[in-house]
Amino acid sequence: MTETNPKTNLVTEFVTFFSGGQCFSIEISQVREIRRWGPFTSVPHSPTGVLGVMNLRGSVIPIYDLAARLGLAVTPENPRNVIVVVIHGEQTLGLLVESVSEIMSVSADRIQSTPEMRADAGQNPIAGLINTDTGMTQVIDLAAVVRPRGMAAS
Amino acid sequence: MSTMNSIRDTFFEECEDLLADLSDGFAAMQSGTHDSETVNAVFRAVHSIKGGAGAFQLTDLVAFAHRFETVLDELRANRLALVPELLFTLLRSADHLSVLIEAARGETSVDNQVTAGFVAALDLWLDDKNSAERAIAPEETFSFAPVVLDFPDLGIDVPQNSPEPVADTHSYEIEFWPKSSLFANGHEPAFLFDGLAQMGRIQAKIDLSNLPEWDQFDPSIPFIGWKIVLETAASPAEIKSVFEFVEGLCDLRITLQDVSASPAPPAEEIAQAVPVPAAAPAPIAAAVSSAPITPSAPVSAAAKPVAAAADTHAPKPTLRVDLDRVDRLINAVGELIINQAMIAQRVAELPVTTDSEVVTYVEDYRLLARDIQEAVMAIRAQPVKPLFQRMSRIVREAADATGKSAQLLAFGEEIEVDKTVIERLADPLTHMIRNAVDHGLETPEDRKRAGKDPCGIIKLSAAHRSGRVIITIKDDGAGLNRPRILKIAKDKGLIPADAELADADIDSLLFMPGFSTASKVSNLSGRGVGLDVVRTAVTALGGRVAISSTPGFGTEFTISLPLTLAVMDGMIVSVNGQTMVAPISSILETIRPSPSELHSVGAHAKFLSIGDKFIPIVDVAESLGLNRGRQENQTPLLLLVESENQSQCALIVDEVHDQRQVVIKGLEHNFRSVAGVSAATVLGNGHIALILDLDAIAFQRTGNQDQPAELGLLAKGI
Repeated sequence: MTETNPKTNLVTEFVTFFSGGQCFSIEISQVREIRRWGPFTSVPHSPTGVLGVMNLRGSVIPIYDLAARLGLAVTPENPRNVIVVVIHGEQTLGLLVESVSEIMSVSADRIQSTPEMRADAGQNPIAGLINTDTGMTQVIDLAAVVRPRGMAAS
Repeated sequence: MSTMNSIRDTFFEECEDLLADLSDGFAAMQSGTHDSETVNAVFRAVHSIKGGAGAFQLTDLVAFAHRFETVLDELRANRLALVPELLFTLLRSADHLSVLIEAARGETSVDNQVTAGFVAALDLWLDDKNSAERAIAPEETFSFAPVVLDFPDLGIDVPQNSPEPVADTHSYEIEFWPKSSLFANGHEPAFLFDGLAQMGRIQAKIDLSNLPEWDQFDPSIPFIGWKIVLETAASPAEIKSVFEFVEGLCDLRITLQDVSASPAPPAEEIAQAVPVPAAAPAPIAAAVSSAPITPSAPVSAAAKPVAAAADTHAPKPTLRVDLDRVDRLINAVGELIINQAMIAQRVAELPVTTDSEVVTYVEDYRLLARDIQEAVMAIRAQPVKPLFQRMSRIVREAADATGKSAQLLAFGEEIEVDKTVIERLADPLTHMIRNAVDHGLETPEDRKRAGKDPCGIIKLSAAHRSGRVIITIKDDGAGLNRPRILKIAKDKGLIPADAELADADIDSLLFMPGFSTASKVSNLSGRGVGLDVVRTAVTALGGRVAISSTPGFGTEFTISLPLTLAVMDGMIVSVNGQTMVAPISSILETIRPSPSELHSVGAHAKFLSIGDKFIPIVDVAESLGLNRGRQENQTPLLLLVESENQSQCALIVDEVHDQRQVVIKGLEHNFRSVAGVSAATVLGNGHIALILDLDAIAFQRTGNQDQPAELGLLAKGI
């Protein structure tokens, strides 16, 4: 497992977590920190799946309900929910998920591209799939999560 | 390479300062308050730019600066009179010089034809005086070639170089005692004498009276002084300016003597009188690093008053700091303010009396935090002067392009505003100034017919008013053509064809997107992206723009801006159970009206009567799309707000809690802009509160409204 050819089998670490009953993962370099569920302030005219904004040591960051953003059911309120603070380009934002499970090392050849199932594949927020011991995890494409999509307004 | 780049950056930074000096000088000349020192300062500024440009092989810039400088030199030597036409040429040349500098900075090039045009305009003045050959004489070449010092020659050269003494020359005795620091800093007395020799006839005598006995001789201390007699028409200030760079490094005394007392000496006498000082500085330079430097006490004590007096004229020392560092400091102070608010809130919750020590300390902490914050904000504050100076150039360019004659009068240039505000104000202001010249002012013929001075005046002023900066742009043109504005707005379908608008509302139409009154598209303005872009830019800065106009007497635009983008005074309110902040600057008062003052009109519209006025009421929660659970019969709490065009509106909120200073946190960076919300802030409990954009809410610009913006205006007219 540790003996890998650096050229073809670059090992990347992923943080995996559960949201809407499914397992997702984000490359660890995009994850800034994981925070406990805290109070947030709702913002008027927010797109679907945006809960509001919260204070991260003086910065105002938006909180996205990942499940709702992906078209799954809205994450029920639960004090055990956690917020994965991620960095997308210049932006810092929080993803509300049900729980964080583990950090796993995956070599590049184990990431499978998502089978195209729908016509709007260009907007697919799942960048790839990884087989794990317990099943499968979906690699999130943050750009697609943040992109205004299926919003009530505009 | 990076060192060279940083030197280059420094050069361009200095150029900005020098261009500012240049503008100052020309402004003084324009207003007639200049003296010979002003002309000298202007000359020096151009000269310094030329010198620096030469070091970076900016040949275009050097060539143009040289020609410019030549004309200024003629002016300086009183061979040219400062007539308005010359001043105009000089002003345009200064504008072009800054264009060339910008081009050099951005490593782009300027059309040679344009430069040639300016050179020709300058040459005209040289030809007039038939002195072109003197001007073109190669006085200096800019290179790093070492300068060869040949002292005996200096004495002989001097009388030849110096102009013939004019009738009103004075004789000055200059006592000059260099300190060791002068040599340590690499200055050379011979250059100073050379500078003096250019002002008139000089005669220098070495003073060896301080020379100690041989056994007490310290080679690191200069014991040699000079007594110079200078016959010149120049003022003492000009003489002093020769010693500008060695200020504090020497003891200097300049005294006026009677002219008759010092007849011109024969040339050979000067040659004898000027010593060869090279022998003295050379060993000093070598010794400085090792030998401890002790000032020659008796000499400096004697001449100290002069040096001290000279110091007061020196510019205040400044520090160039990377903006990132300042911003980091500002962020940290923002955190400090929030932290202070959190502690204050916790202490307030403690079971202690208000006179207990901890309460006093917390109060001290609050004051200190506020002091620090103000001091830090002051770092970012900059005078609007450079911005205004740019605008006077815009006026000249715009006047040239439109064939009008216009002059910019600037007031309140010393007013300081946040650097970002200044930077982001440049574009809208440029646009408004161009508009003022292009649309505001009439042609010179029309102005004469109206009994006005053919030269139009644009007044640009800055002032502080209740924690904000007010910038006004006022022209003395014909004023707005309201019937035409109304017609255009109707033709373009911006307002209903049967709309009846008050004068102020018609004026406000100019700010609507897609409105442009220019019947022909000029290359200045009238591209249809007019004042709405100005309004957007100003609003993005937390500012407001308003317009007022008097037919026949001109139009006035008023921009009101916050002093800083980082903090503001806010009123903590709750809306639909959510804590929000309303900027105090836009709130006139809070009102709990009696039911008799509330009037319903139609199905939804509500009005508040104050005196004989009816003011529309807007529910903040509804406007923000929040669910409203309030009973209809309950009397609401209203915030009375006023927009930039003096129209009023009453906003419904649930409760008003407190007033406090809040740190502004933008929403756009991590999220996006939200209609009706200008920013967010962190409250004392660590929660985030939204800062309301009251103007947008009051005047229905929150984006989710079905009714067009004009209805807000119309409702107000009732």
